[in-house]
Formats: sequence, C-alpha cells, structure tokens
Amino acid sequence: MPSRNSGRRAGGTAAEAVAVALRAMTSDAAAGSRRAASRIGDAADAAGLVDIAYGTVDTPIGALLVAVSRRGVTRVAFEEEIGDTVIELSDDTTMRVLRSARGTDEVRRQLEEYFGGRRHEFDVSVDWSELHGFTRKVLRETARIPFGSVLTYREVAGRAGNSRAMRAAGNALHANPVPIVVPCHRVIRTGGGLGGYGGRLDRKEALLRMEGSLL
Amino acid sequence: MALHTLLLEVVDVEPRRGEVGGGGGRPHGTRGVPESLRPPPFEDFLEANRTAVYRFLLASAGPDADDCFQETFLSALRAYPRLRDESNLRAWALAIATRKVIDSARSRARRPVPVEDVGEAASSADPAPVDANDPLWQALRTLPPRQRAAVAHRFVLDLSYAEIAAALGGSEEAARANVYQGLKKLRERMGNDDAFEE
Repeated sequence: MPSRNSGRRAGGTAAEAVAVALRAMTSDAAAGSRRAASRIGDAADAAGLVDIAYGTVDTPIGALLVAVSRRGVTRVAFEEEIGDTVIELSDDTTMRVLRSARGTDEVRRQLEEYFGGRRHEFDVSVDWSELHGFTRKVLRETARIPFGSVLTYREVAGRAGNSRAMRAAGNALHANPVPIVVPCHRVIRTGGGLGGYGGRLDRKEALLRMEGSLL
Repeated sequence: MALHTLLLEVVDVEPRRGEVGGGGGRPHGTRGVPESLRPPPFEDFLEANRTAVYRFLLASAGPDADDCFQETFLSALRAYPRLRDESNLRAWALAIATRKVIDSARSRARRPVPVEDVGEAASSADPAPVDANDPLWQALRTLPPRQRAAVAHRFVLDLSYAEIAAALGGSEEAARANVYQGLKKLRERMGNDDAFEE
C-alpha cells in the first residue's frame, strides 16, 4: 500500500492522493483492455452488427484468411495476402469489418474438414454480389467442378458461353476472390500443363495432388 | 457543445437496415466523403482507444468495467457507418463510455444487486477487473455516477475541464463542480476507512 499513502505523506494535496490511488487501481488497463477488445468481434457478431467477419485457419498450404459478408463467403486469401486483404476490406468504413471466430466458424470448420480429407464439397453460400458478367459465369461454372476432376480453360470458357474466350476465362480464374471454396485450381491447360494460379503454382499442385487429380 | 450535440445524435441513431449490407449491391457510402474526413477502420479506432476507455471504466465502473466496455464499443459500432467527422474520436468514445457508466449505475440501483452479483461471478471465466471488495472501489461506488465519472476523467485520464464537460454533456462549471464534490466525498470516505491508513 505504499503508493496510496506516499502522496499524502509527502505533503501532497487531496487530489494527488486520490490520483495516486486511482492510478494504482487502473494500472493494468493495457492488458485488461486487450482482453476485453478481443471479445468485441464475437459480441458484435452475436448482436448482428458485423457486415464482414474475418478469421484465419491453418492448413497444409499455409494460413488462410476467410471473410464472410452477410451474403456469404466473400474472400479467401493466402498467407502472404492476409494483411493487405484485411486493409482492403476495412477501407470502406460504412462496412463494419471485424475479426470474429463466431462469424467465420462454419467456413473455417469446412476448410479444416476439406484439408483433413473429410470433405469433398463446400456447403456454404458464396457472396457473388461483386462478381459480374463473364467473370461471374466462369466462376459459377468452376464452382460446379467436382472434387477429383479437372477441366481445361477452353472447357470452362465454353461452359460460360464462349469457348474462344480462354484468356478471359484465365483472367477471371486468376482474380477469383474465393479460391479453394470456388475451386479454380481444378482448371488446367489443354495439354495437361497446370497453367497459372493466383496463390502460387506449388499450392495448385498440392491441392490437385490432395484431390488425386495429379500423381 | 457542438461536438457533444453531434455525438448524441450519432450514438442514438441506429443505422437503417438495408443501408448497411442489406439490399442489393455493396454500399459505398464513404466514397463521396473527402479522404481526410473519413473515420479509420473500426478495428483501428478500437485499438487506438481501448486502453483509455478501459482505464476510465476501471475507476468509474469497477467490477462492471468489462460489461461497460463491451456496451461502449457495440454502441460505437452501431453508429460507426454513419460517422463522418473524424476530428475527435477519443472524445466520442469517452462520451459513450461515460453514458454507459451512468446508465449502468441507474439500472443497478433498480435491481436487487446481491443475487445477480453472485450469478455473474459464478458464470464468468475471468476474475472481475476490479475486486468488488476493494476499499477504493467501495469508496468510489458511493459517489453519484456523474461525480465518479468526473473524478475518473480528471485523475485517471488527466482530461481538461472542457473535455470532461464534453464527456459528461454539460457546462465546464458543472464539470468542475462534479470533480470537486466527488473528490471531497472520496477523501472523506478514504479518510474514515482504516484500509487507507497505515
């Protein structure tokens, strides 16, 4: 108790003694507020105040960020993109973007099951609202490719309505905001080459190997 | 006073459903607002203000600090998409927290305290942020909530009387009087309590 009395004994005023006692009482505020702040995302989600909830999940191809809007999964980002993706999502401050385990629970669980070999299909809604035109058609078709099979860029372009638009299809797949959930890794070159992948080619290879599409 | 009027307006108004993530298409309400007037992302606002708010609440809400903290930032979050003036977000956060302290003291006065206290303590995984039996808290809790808040603002956060007035929603003279009365009572209680004597 020395700190509470030192102000007074040193001839301090009433105000100083009170200030010293109150500072001692509140000295743990940094740690306490960190704990309290870490619960805000889940509480806000429970209260329906979150527009985009995000969270991370550890997988064999690195940590993944998942972001879920009121409409569904709106973003899946690979480890090295996580920081930029959170900044990008948070940029529009009319959208309430918060880290929340609660708000991302379902998609994180399904991704864990997928990487654990216990799930072949994702049963989550995707937020298609920002995807338009040919890009949307290509990704919609890609979402239908089942686990364990692949299509060529030409085939996907064809299903989306224009088999000659292979390059446009490739661009759409490269810009896929929800990789893995919309399995753009299941689209390869006509000759059997892997083609490209937004999230590094070794990841595409690992995913196709995991699904048994690549030996 | 102008700031405070704005604050009350913002805190009280619930954003309309559909304006935020409701209907068709992602809204871009901040697009037309100059960059400098846009508030930061909510999580940055939370990170920048959490410690000051919590420090204030430890002294003014004691064992209820965690509940008040959550209510403060959920209220802020509710209003956040409509927020335009970034000039003093800390003052805004503290004004909301101050109101939570006053509201929580009022609702606490209306309900039978002991039973609920036991229930909360038993169900909560974390220890209370301030021990309900702490002699300083025992002295603080006897103050009227406005005085308790004013004392916390003055002596924990070192706010000016103008800032305290903004947080309490009154004049600077009223803020001064609240600090003075609170301090006086606190000294009396501390002086009469053996726990504060050596």
